[in-house]
Amino acid sequence: MNRFFDLPSDLQHDWLGLIGLHLREALLPVLAGLLLSLPIAQLCVRFRWLYAPVLGVTTILYAIPSLAVFVVLIDYTGQTELTVMIPLAVYSLVVLVPAIVDGVRSVPQETLAAATAMGLGPVRRYLQVQLPIALPAIIAGLRVAAVSSISLVSVGMLIGNQGALGNLLNDANIYHRPELAWNSVLTTAGLAILVDAALVLLRLLLTPWMPRGTRRRGSRTAAEVRPEPAAPAAEEAAR
Amino acid sequence: MIRIDTVTKRYPDGTVAVDRLSLDIPDRSITVLVGPSGCGKTTTLRMINRMVEPSEGAILLDGADIRKQPVNTLRRSMGYVIQNAGLFQHRTIVDNIATVPRLLGWSKQKSRARAAELMERVGLDTALAKRYPYQLSGGQQQRVGVARALAADPPVLLMDEPFSAVDPVVRKGLQDELLRIQDELGKTIVFVTHDIDEAVKLGTMVAVLRTGGRLAQYAPPAELLSAPADAFVEDFLGADRGIRRLSFFGSDALELRTEPIVAVDSTAEQIAARAVTDAPCLLVTGLDGRPLGWSAPEDLTAGAVHTERLISCGRPFVHGEDSLRAALDCAVLSPTGWAVAVDGAGRAVGVVSQQTIGEAIRGAHAEGRAEAKAGR
Ligand SMILES: Nc1ncnc2c1ncn2[C@@H]1O[C@H](COP(=O)(O)OP(=O)(O)OP(=O)(O)O)[C@@H](O)[C@H]1O
Ligand SMILES: [Mg+2]
Repeated sequence: MNRFFDLPSDLQHDWLGLIGLHLREALLPVLAGLLLSLPIAQLCVRFRWLYAPVLGVTTILYAIPSLAVFVVLIDYTGQTELTVMIPLAVYSLVVLVPAIVDGVRSVPQETLAAATAMGLGPVRRYLQVQLPIALPAIIAGLRVAAVSSISLVSVGMLIGNQGALGNLLNDANIYHRPELAWNSVLTTAGLAILVDAALVLLRLLLTPWMPRGTRRRGSRTAAEVRPEPAAPAAEEAAR
Repeated sequence: MIRIDTVTKRYPDGTVAVDRLSLDIPDRSITVLVGPSGCGKTTTLRMINRMVEPSEGAILLDGADIRKQPVNTLRRSMGYVIQNAGLFQHRTIVDNIATVPRLLGWSKQKSRARAAELMERVGLDTALAKRYPYQLSGGQQQRVGVARALAADPPVLLMDEPFSAVDPVVRKGLQDELLRIQDELGKTIVFVTHDIDEAVKLGTMVAVLRTGGRLAQYAPPAELLSAPADAFVEDFLGADRGIRRLSFFGSDALELRTEPIVAVDSTAEQIAARAVTDAPCLLVTGLDGRPLGWSAPEDLTAGAVHTERLISCGRPFVHGEDSLRAALDCAVLSPTGWAVAVDGAGRAVGVVSQQTIGEAIRGAHAEGRAEAKAGR
């Protein structure tokens, strides 16, 4: 068990350090991707004709192997984290742009009409109505992007040990220590699961307005909880 | 007053949704736009708050072109209610209602206090304030929609088929509530519906539009029912327009008969004295004066009335308050053919036969015709 966490010194990090590095290399690109996707998605919502070509471009970008991108980038950014993170940010667009566009488009027509009629200008409408209602879809996109980014970081080992936990795979080979490979795989998977769970939790916290099965806020007696759809109807009739 | 002045709306694809429409919408009353689907009702309504811009013509608010003021200022001075309420699903009920006050820069506290006040006004339990829209029934959501539109106390209220997505019972409740609120607040309401019954019930003035966005008739509901401008309007009003028109005639002119009424504790002589009239039955009233039911005179024995053997008198009408339509309905449903009139407290004040009601209807029609002639 000790050998499991006993990492070769060429990694320059202990286990926790590697985890921190891995998370940073995986999640910063997703954050950058999100910041990039928001305006792109808004343009696609505004100008419908733009959506198909934008989707096409993000898909093509996603299809470019990361190794090819590294080769090009290395001339500019060297063997650094940045070289790993740039393609990851670009890849995240393929999930995030459609997630945001679909989320924003899912806002009911009548909700938008009501917002306009109440005198909310385009900016307020976007920030106060469309974006909050699109939030569940956006977070769903973030979950996919984050998990795939966490697994993709490992490729960074190909350019001078920039793969964080992925570097363990390389070392497992060099030092003939298969337990390092296990460590890499298991820790990466664990991280993916934890980050995904954190995002689910975030969504639950941010969207108390979403119907949630029988789980209602506050303390309610069994009798109150049971007749879910009937309860408001009964109140209506009682008046 | 809102003046729609020869307004035409042509959408980019060439559809003419509204065609040279002119309407004067009076202040502090409900004006209903009614017509078949696609006749341009929503388009007309949305031109009033500039969600749609007219292709030709102008709309004046109190004499000034609505294009003269900033569009969002105009919109915040007009409440807007739509089908399915269009509530912000991500905001609580109280925050939904407080939207426009917040936009107008009211403090959070003041906005919320106002929202709570409005919830009561539209008949919503304030315990619902912290709920989200999905936790409300359709009828409750619609009430929130009305409260939200009223929040900043706008002089104008635009309503686009606000009650068409709820069941008939809830709809009737919402309509009655709207009339009550209007009594209290006196807003200038433009109300869109495709339901002619709703139009007749709510409208002070009713504008019937025909497909292609042209005005077919603009008149008070009673006039619409009595003198439809053409075959289209007549057709749109439906088959029982004669009966519906009776809603506009009061029952106060009906000559009630009081002889065929006996109290439950009457003596034999009193019963005999009442039985000489041409009514086939006698109405028995309780000691409190409320009608109990009908009975043939020979079945009545003094001091020992079997109330359970009486013939039901159904639902009576309130004399002077209900319309001739209600009176006729009572008479038609009554097994004896006679309707029972009561006062506000439910005490029997007389009975009236179908025949007498028929005469009153003919009289009211003749009067209506005379008035129409004098008015022209
Ligand atoms: N944005 C638009 N572009 C093109 N045509 C439109 C647009 N909006 C409405 N129309 C057309 O204009 C006409 C009037 O539409 P409008 O929505 O005003 O009708 P309506 O009377 O409200 O109908 P309904 O009772 O079905 O709501 C219809 O023929 C409709 O197809
Ligand atoms: Mg419409």
